[in-house]
Amino acid sequence: MLIHHELTTHVLADIKFDPGAFVDQFWQNTVDGLSQGSIYALVALGYTLVYGVLKLINFAHSEVFIYGAYATWFTFYGLGFRPGSTPDLPVFELIGFLLLALVVSMLVSGGTAVVLERVAYRPLRKRGAPRLAFLITAIGASFVLQQILFLTRGGNAERSIRLMKPEAQFTIFGAEITNVTLIIIIASVVLMVFADVFVNRTKFGRGIRAVAQDPDTATLMGVNKERIIILTFLIGGLLAGAAAFFYMIKNPQGASYQGGFILGIKAFTAAVLGGIGNLRGALLGGILLGLVENYGQAFFGGNWRDVVAFVLLVLILMFRPTGILGESLGKARV
Amino acid sequence: MTEGTKTAVGKRRPLGEWWNNLSRVQQWGVLIPLVALVYLLPVLNPPILSTEPGYDFPIAMFEVARYALVAIGLNVVVGQAGLLDLGYIGFFAIGAYVAALFTSPDSSLSKLPFLVVLPIAMVVTMIFGVILGTPTLRLRGDYLAIVTLGFGEIVRLLADNIDPLRGNRGFQEVGHPPGTNADGSSLFNNTNGIPWYWLCVTIIILILFLVGNLERSRVGRAWVAIRDDEDAAEIMGVPTFKFKIWAFAGGAAIGGLSGALYAGQLGFVNNQKFDVVTSMLFLAAVILGGSGNKVGVLVGAIVVAYVPLRFLVIADYKYLIFGLALIILMIFRPGGLLGARQRLLTYGRQAYQRLLGKGEQISSDGAMVTDEPERSH
Repeated sequence: MLIHHELTTHVLADIKFDPGAFVDQFWQNTVDGLSQGSIYALVALGYTLVYGVLKLINFAHSEVFIYGAYATWFTFYGLGFRPGSTPDLPVFELIGFLLLALVVSMLVSGGTAVVLERVAYRPLRKRGAPRLAFLITAIGASFVLQQILFLTRGGNAERSIRLMKPEAQFTIFGAEITNVTLIIIIASVVLMVFADVFVNRTKFGRGIRAVAQDPDTATLMGVNKERIIILTFLIGGLLAGAAAFFYMIKNPQGASYQGGFILGIKAFTAAVLGGIGNLRGALLGGILLGLVENYGQAFFGGNWRDVVAFVLLVLILMFRPTGILGESLGKARV
Repeated sequence: MTEGTKTAVGKRRPLGEWWNNLSRVQQWGVLIPLVALVYLLPVLNPPILSTEPGYDFPIAMFEVARYALVAIGLNVVVGQAGLLDLGYIGFFAIGAYVAALFTSPDSSLSKLPFLVVLPIAMVVTMIFGVILGTPTLRLRGDYLAIVTLGFGEIVRLLADNIDPLRGNRGFQEVGHPPGTNADGSSLFNNTNGIPWYWLCVTIIILILFLVGNLERSRVGRAWVAIRDDEDAAEIMGVPTFKFKIWAFAGGAAIGGLSGALYAGQLGFVNNQKFDVVTSMLFLAAVILGGSGNKVGVLVGAIVVAYVPLRFLVIADYKYLIFGLALIILMIFRPGGLLGARQRLLTYGRQAYQRLLGKGEQISSDGAMVTDEPERSH
């Protein structure tokens, strides 16, 4: 086709193809990719857990995430910080404020997820609705949550409030590690380990895995399925809230009503990349996606960052639809 | 179809029953004045229906017709084949951009007449449909939803980023069909919605015939089989992948067509109008009216497009309202306002009547009278 040919030549002229930048910024991109990837991984856990238990892609999870971001912003605002200047806080006070914002954000996201499950999904389960109905409900819920933000807070992102400046703490291979990056990576790893232990080692975690494997049998074995489902949404929401907090200290201008959408799709991509329904897969997928995206950005130019992620999603689905580690939340592990 | 909305699934629909019992000639007798009325609507500008002074009525009617066309196209994908396509706006955008690229003086491509561009837009979007469908339609349905969502976003990002697509500057003076008024100005301009509305309604009628015939053919039966149980369909020898691609590409082509019409009427295309939320409105039109039912999706499209224009007060809240409507509908009436009925046996009705010895009454529509049984799990 004429049009395709014409467009392709133009497109290729338009994409920056810059291996030099890729090599120069390799380590910096690795560090940025790791911190971005940790955020994806935490959100991806929510997708994966819900998918594992209900076989449902929870489209509204991106909104659960963005509610957490707004919660962080409002916590900062409520503590008396205003957009514009970055305060110079004593370390302990700073840590206290950040922890408070983290907890509020987690609670708000967790609460949103639980309300969502109660109001939107539970009536459908009671009526034994077909799968398509769940998906459509999820989309409807996603828009309702989004529009509530839009109508109350307007179309523009909240102006950024910073509690601390990103300052380089040390360098590895020429890559600057800022205090923000450090907080994100360390705290995310802690949360990931916590989530992994919770699902794989505790009684509730065993319940989640049992329901994922076979809901009916699990019920017969005395697992309270409804409680497990609520719990799953709650954990997914809490982790999304934590991710939202990290996202907000990384990009303080990120609280916008549409902000969850792209991040949600990417986190879902991460979940599919690792193998949806697979906890460790989501972690691996998140980190990988963060890295690939940042390398791709260096390679092709910043405009292509989101395109790289989506193309990656399509490629995985083509060649390995069950992801790197496979779908396995339900696989028995005692 | 107001009576039809009241009847619960499982009961008889008086209006549908009445319609099916009419002879072909009688059906035409009802249909032709109805269609004439539909054509005359923007000229009559009836006082209660009119959206003026808030919004120009003929243009509002074109908007409604455009949504109706989109809904018919999306219905092929969502309603008939049961594939959840959330990136339909992507196909719509491709259609609009193809129209702009071939007709606008801002584009470097050679110019073609608008009416020639319409089929080209359909073919190009169809190709995109196949490209997108091939990797994803082999997978389970919910992956398709998210990949199409990503696709809609990619199309928008490409429009932002690729220089020849002119990003925010867009394309001015997109072409329009030929014809001039008495005073020499062109008949199809962007202030007078009436010719555009007529063109769009004509296209809708053509597409309805096409889709209706397709529905009653082997292809349509395959789609219904896939929608209801893909595994069973595959086992019974339906090449599900092939028919899913057909549904996806066919739906895409109609989306491209409506995008091209939209570009022509507006006369301007840029990257601002193809956000994924609009995809949700399209989907709401299909689901609200009753996916799988042609009359239903028309009703849905009219609701989604017309109501915010008629009552401008609620225009800001339309996403919220239609989002809520989706949630509530899925709980209480998952089939939509006018649910789809099984039309598997093309001549089932006649066969049934012969069995009962009621003679050979010829019915235009071989639908079985029985409604779709409540889906139960």
